[in-house]
Amino acid sequence: MQVEGLRVDIPTPMGMLHAVRGVDLALEAGETLCLVGESGCGKSLSALALMGLLPRAARRSLSRFSFAGEDLQRAGERRMGDLRGNRIAMIFQEPMTSLNPSWSIGNQLEEGWLRHRGGSTALARERALHLLERVGITGATSRLGQYPHQLSGGLRQRVMIAMALMCEPALMIADEPTTALDVTVQAQILHLLKELQREFGMGLILITHDLGIVARVADRVAVMYAGEIVEQGPVARLFSHPSHPYTRGLLDCIPVPGRLAPGERLGTIPGVVSPPIGALHGCQFRNRCSEAEDACATRAFELRELSGGQRLRCRLAAT
Amino acid sequence: MSETLLELVEVHRRFTVSAGLFRGSRTLHAVNGVSLQLRRGEVLGLVGESGCGKSTLGRMLLGLLAVSSGEIRLEGRPLAATSTRDLARRVQPIFQDPYSSLNPRKTVGAIVGLPLAVHGIEADAGAQRKRVQETMERVGLPARFFHSYPNQLSGGQRQRVAVARALVMRPEIIICDEPTSALDVSVQSQILNLLEDMRREFDLTYLLISHNLAVVEHIATRVAVMYLGRIVEEADTAALFRAPRHPYTRALLASVLTPEPGLGVPDTHLGVSYPNPVDPPPGCTFHPRCGEAMPVCRERAPTALADARGRVECHLYANGVK
Repeated sequence: MQVEGLRVDIPTPMGMLHAVRGVDLALEAGETLCLVGESGCGKSLSALALMGLLPRAARRSLSRFSFAGEDLQRAGERRMGDLRGNRIAMIFQEPMTSLNPSWSIGNQLEEGWLRHRGGSTALARERALHLLERVGITGATSRLGQYPHQLSGGLRQRVMIAMALMCEPALMIADEPTTALDVTVQAQILHLLKELQREFGMGLILITHDLGIVARVADRVAVMYAGEIVEQGPVARLFSHPSHPYTRGLLDCIPVPGRLAPGERLGTIPGVVSPPIGALHGCQFRNRCSEAEDACATRAFELRELSGGQRLRCRLAAT
Repeated sequence: MSETLLELVEVHRRFTVSAGLFRGSRTLHAVNGVSLQLRRGEVLGLVGESGCGKSTLGRMLLGLLAVSSGEIRLEGRPLAATSTRDLARRVQPIFQDPYSSLNPRKTVGAIVGLPLAVHGIEADAGAQRKRVQETMERVGLPARFFHSYPNQLSGGQRQRVAVARALVMRPEIIICDEPTSALDVSVQSQILNLLEDMRREFDLTYLLISHNLAVVEHIATRVAVMYLGRIVEEADTAALFRAPRHPYTRALLASVLTPEPGLGVPDTHLGVSYPNPVDPPPGCTFHPRCGEAMPVCRERAPTALADARGRVECHLYANGVK
């Protein structure tokens, strides 16, 4: 998949909110890209924009969007509907709200298959059973007749994953798939996702705010701030040489067992994100940045190539 | 450091839950015989998966929920004999979600000052206002927020309001139930630093309920691990993270994803999911998920082993296997 110049604008009473501002993404088959950033940085909206699932008021623009050799830049709702849940699948953060409470698990699993592949319900049921077992759900046959409220959070997320896999997608977008889950279940779900990714050769875009997950799961990472990618690169490089002041700040903020002596303070990023509303100038991180200079207020910085495949949007890369 | 401030003795809490239409009701043993001490000046981390009873325990300590059996003592006096007023003066909560735990129709000043008004402290409005403003300043809330409403604040600022509301009574103990789980990482670190500063400044004792083990490792001095209503292991933080003893603690620690690329996602070998607390497994309740389960684990609940390193409830140790 290749995306260039993705923008999402949402009109608000306070002016135009530039939620996503010129994001380029490229993903190869079998690769995992992590989009990382804090709430409101535009990571989820970027994903929804690619799926064609933006809220009605939002406006999307793109200079390029191709998927598996097909140009989707002007693809209509009908074409996107054919791809969604078929070639491109998405799993969401809260499985309780994204599953239909009044449909049985079996019916929800089969729905996508019947919509995209047609054929008999028996065949769809067989596939659903196979996948429920594959994602580690015991007693799959009896689960088919159950409803979402009868399952625990971890099981619901497994059902979501099985549902996403029904049509063997080439790309899976997972938006905070484990945020609502316990740490033990989180490890199990991520383990499963990676295993399935290898098995099906899927591309995976994982959206998260958890740098621990990023480090363990990603091949490449893109750090987003106020609607822009501020730094990206291969995962090992990004963690060993974080270059954007925001990336460095984020890494200092998280407690890591054994890193700090007792009583030592965690790093912080001063201030709060100012929402990207109205006409924007310069770097949006500048008023929280310890490296900011006058130029940061006026100049727009491009993503510049550093060594090791890393790219950085900052005055530090320009000098 | 060793003075016991708050003590739980064999505390049980049972709930009656409906098993379904026409199926009558069943008993859920949310807290199943917990004995635990909170010592002055410490930060006790209480960790465990959702449904293990850790929040129920916190609510009982706040007096929001009665015990079914057993006793909670505050400095040796049974909690049942302490008035709610007195308890609230000494034990205050900070909850997880600052979006739902603050009244949206009240101003920040009114929210922070409410405990004072309720308890009739500082009857004079001017003095009350002064104390609220002092507390707000301490937690890093600018005075201009006094007349603001919660929806005008960011998540981090709201959590500061919650901290100020807890501190305004000058309590001795604060029960923090997932205080940073709803916050972004950059805000989480600010609140964690604030909690640590406030603890030093006001000589506070914390019970920190959290599922985030990295956060617990950072600020707790001692950790208690809870599984299906029981404390299965208790030890000083450094010792617990260096050498966890209970297989469940080991699995929990193994699931922490530290930001180290190249290590991949660990396989916790926990297999089956968390058991239904209404229908707990016989013997040691952890045995269906335990890689080291022995025949005895299916039959008998383990007895606790208390030694210099702490306390662990597992047949591996009680029988001298390890």
